[in-house]
Amino acid sequence: MQALTRPSDYVDASSPQGEPDAPINAPKLGFVGALRFAWRQLTSMRTALLLLLLLAIAAVPGSLVPQRSSDPNGVIQYFRDNPDLAPVLDKIQMFDVYSSAWFSAIYLLLFVSLIGCIIPRTKHHYQAMRQRPPRTPARLNRLAVHREQNLSGGSTGEAITAARDLLKKSGYRTEIYTGKDGVASVSAERGYLRETGNLLFHSALVLVLVAVGFGGGFGYAGQKVVVEGQTFVNSLVDFNSFNPGRFVDTESLPPYSLKLDKFDVEYETKNINAYGQAIDYTAHVTSRDVDGDTEKHQIKVNQPLRIDGTNVYLLGNGYAPKVTVRDPEGNVVFTDSIPFLPMDTNLTSQGVIKIPDGLAKQIGMIGFFYPTAVEQTSGAFASNYPDLIYPTLSLNVYSGDLGINDGVPKSVYSLDTDKMTEIAGRTIGKKEGGTAPLKLMPGQTQNLPDGLGTITFENVNPHPKKDDYAGSVARFASMDIHRDPTQVWVGIFAGLILLGLLTSLFIPRRRVWVKATEGADGTVLMEYAGLARGEDPGLREAVDNIAERHIRALGAVPDEAREGNVEA
Amino acid sequence: MTLDLISVYALWSAIALYAIAFVAFAFDLARRSAEVAAAADEAAEKAAAAERAAAGEPVAVKALASATVGSAGAGKARPGRPAGGTLTLEEDHSGTVTASRSISLRIGVALSILGFLLHLTAVVTRGVAAGRVPWANMYEFAMTGTAVIVAVFLIILTRVDLRFLGAFIMGLIVILLGLSSLNFYIEVAPLPPALQSAWLVIHVFVATTGTGFFFLGFALTALQLIQARREAAGTALSAKRFRFMATLPSSQRLDNLSYRVNIIGFILWTFTLIAGAIWAEAAWGRYWGWDVKEVWTFIIWVVYAGYIHARATRGWRGNRAAWLSMIGAVTVLFNFTIVNLFFKGLHAYSGL
Ligand code: HEM
Repeated sequence: MQALTRPSDYVDASSPQGEPDAPINAPKLGFVGALRFAWRQLTSMRTALLLLLLLAIAAVPGSLVPQRSSDPNGVIQYFRDNPDLAPVLDKIQMFDVYSSAWFSAIYLLLFVSLIGCIIPRTKHHYQAMRQRPPRTPARLNRLAVHREQNLSGGSTGEAITAARDLLKKSGYRTEIYTGKDGVASVSAERGYLRETGNLLFHSALVLVLVAVGFGGGFGYAGQKVVVEGQTFVNSLVDFNSFNPGRFVDTESLPPYSLKLDKFDVEYETKNINAYGQAIDYTAHVTSRDVDGDTEKHQIKVNQPLRIDGTNVYLLGNGYAPKVTVRDPEGNVVFTDSIPFLPMDTNLTSQGVIKIPDGLAKQIGMIGFFYPTAVEQTSGAFASNYPDLIYPTLSLNVYSGDLGINDGVPKSVYSLDTDKMTEIAGRTIGKKEGGTAPLKLMPGQTQNLPDGLGTITFENVNPHPKKDDYAGSVARFASMDIHRDPTQVWVGIFAGLILLGLLTSLFIPRRRVWVKATEGADGTVLMEYAGLARGEDPGLREAVDNIAERHIRALGAVPDEAREGNVEA
Repeated sequence: MTLDLISVYALWSAIALYAIAFVAFAFDLARRSAEVAAAADEAAEKAAAAERAAAGEPVAVKALASATVGSAGAGKARPGRPAGGTLTLEEDHSGTVTASRSISLRIGVALSILGFLLHLTAVVTRGVAAGRVPWANMYEFAMTGTAVIVAVFLIILTRVDLRFLGAFIMGLIVILLGLSSLNFYIEVAPLPPALQSAWLVIHVFVATTGTGFFFLGFALTALQLIQARREAAGTALSAKRFRFMATLPSSQRLDNLSYRVNIIGFILWTFTLIAGAIWAEAAWGRYWGWDVKEVWTFIIWVVYAGYIHARATRGWRGNRAAWLSMIGAVTVLFNFTIVNLFFKGLHAYSGL
């Protein structure tokens, strides 16, 4: 019977240790026989175990080598650092371990094995639940837990009915049998839930995998950087980057827009050890739906905005200095807030400004922004506090060909200076007649080199104050907008995994028998025995408890526990 | 004196007490070895005497030579105790000696309890000083995690006599706590926004508790493997190495104990995994992204799932399954140390 329910090499905790391996049955001749043999091997405990261990090992390299999915820049860096090794690793999908052919093969085989394991067991479990508890063994004293007591009198029939009622009340399924020798007994079994839990656990594993798979196909993730005061529309054109699942209709994203009204940051100012550490980020946004209805929300780290079936997460932030460039006549040729990427905890930030049209030459600028600038002994600047105490923008200016005319998209965060000449910067500034980097504080304007025009670092505070730069530079927030239609399902199934696990590991499955034998002298010998199926530390206690309650119910006093012979 | 400083003093006092407790427990093991040796001598003597005296009674000789030895003298035959577990695990008590009651063992337990109280004081004052839960960086993980291990150990002691584990537990705690206090100490700092979540309280605490159970499982499994070797080599008490093992439960009982401890660890770890995914969804916008720490949490989970399977697989039950439990413990330790310190990922919270 065991062989039907479980893989043939399954042993339960009540089997003795170190049991020799079962002989592997030679396959019956023929194709079908071979297939059946292969299937049995695949769904055996040993294969499941092997695949599990393989899965664990296969997951390791993905933590040693950067992965494209979680750390794309790390991969680029890895290629740069290991030009010989990286292409080889790439061939064997080491940078995409978790979507690689070999990793997928392992877990898919595991899940095939799992399904092959669940189905027959479910069928058998269903039948087992409808079966009567098994016949009472002839000699109960052979069982591991066994105790007996002589009662001075009474009827065996009454004792057995009382035992049955008691067992029923304790959650057992019961059956009364009469042995060949005419002795009546109750056979009881409980803990079918253990197997149910185990099946639930394994089935939920499959369900999680399926839900995750669907989520990947029908979900999408987009990133957008929004500067204070700007609005972002949830449509394909407005994202900075967008990764749709295979089956996503990118034309029909939920049509709402979000305006970043204000981005608040709170810094630690009391604790000297952590002075200046950010302790709170809050994005105040206003959403607007198709009907034009608006609503105010807050988004924080750990507190995404759930809107229209999508989730909006706050993943990063920084400063977006606003600059205006004018030609020599004073006409504005460029004005914009440029998100600068933070490089350290004091928000030293780097950004790129490109002016393709309107001036005599194309110019590009690599800018460094220091919210609280201090000059170091080397002459270079650094920021020593992340808030706007002494904001300074330093710009290296290049003129020439920005390389954007051929229509190839270029990252807004990098400047290709191959075809450009430095006209202001640290290198050239050290030379005779060269211009040092342009240095600006909010509200200041400077001439561009070579008489190209002027540049202004705008103070965006509507009421600028002298020597107080709070609010003088706008902040940006980088948002991730995700839709994952199966996320909730994954959560539910994960809950079932836990539930199944608890049930299957803590509900004991046991059989208990109570037998009443009438002695020649009119006394009644009561026997109580139990058998565990699987790990069951509480069996002895359970049998003792039943025995004592039963004996008391019959109006007698239990003897001291008289233990069975096995463990004495 | 600031609260943080009180915490530091309390912690170092706890380490000192644990170290003395370790010595007491180790002394107890040494004493057990001596008792076993004495019992062995006595047994050998008796056997020889029996042989000399009763050459015509082979049955008696055999019984004396192989049976539990110290039915007299220092050791006393261990009475059959309920296997505590599954019934058919009949215990073979030949070659075991019941250790006599030991003062050093009691001193060990008493000092462990005292040490734990100081340890707890350190954890609580640190938490109060920080104004939040005291598990937000490596130093605090180590401090709270080891406190949980000791707590779990002491609680289990009230139900099962695992005092023989004292030397192992205290030894490892002193090493872990000492090293992390020396290397990872940082002053109290507020939580960065990413950690400001109820999940910090739940997820990290459950993970730490799970680690505590895995750690106990590790100690039990290590003993199980030693015991299994001793049993395989024959349970002669005169064996020279690990004499004290003769006073410990059989490898089979140790196997059952470590299994029970490990499955509790496994359940807690499963919860950790799920809670971590829920948190990751809120903080990083996806519930699973194969971040380095996620990878290792997964690996640990799969290794212990393998261990549970191995215990139900013919040919794997026993020593092989035990080795999987050992490997699991190594991955847990690796996850806490190497991964936290040297791997780059989103979970950059070591505070170092
Ligand atoms: C995705 C892969 C799998 C994982 C993560 C996994 C995990 C687990 C866990 C954690 C348990 C213990 C909890 C419980 O009893 O419910 C368990 C038990 C069990 N699994 Fe799996 N399993 C997997 C695949 C399989 C496969 C493929 C089989 C069939 C060959 C299988 C057969 C069993 C059996 C028979 C038990 C009961 C063990 C016992 O009685 O102690 N599992 N599994």
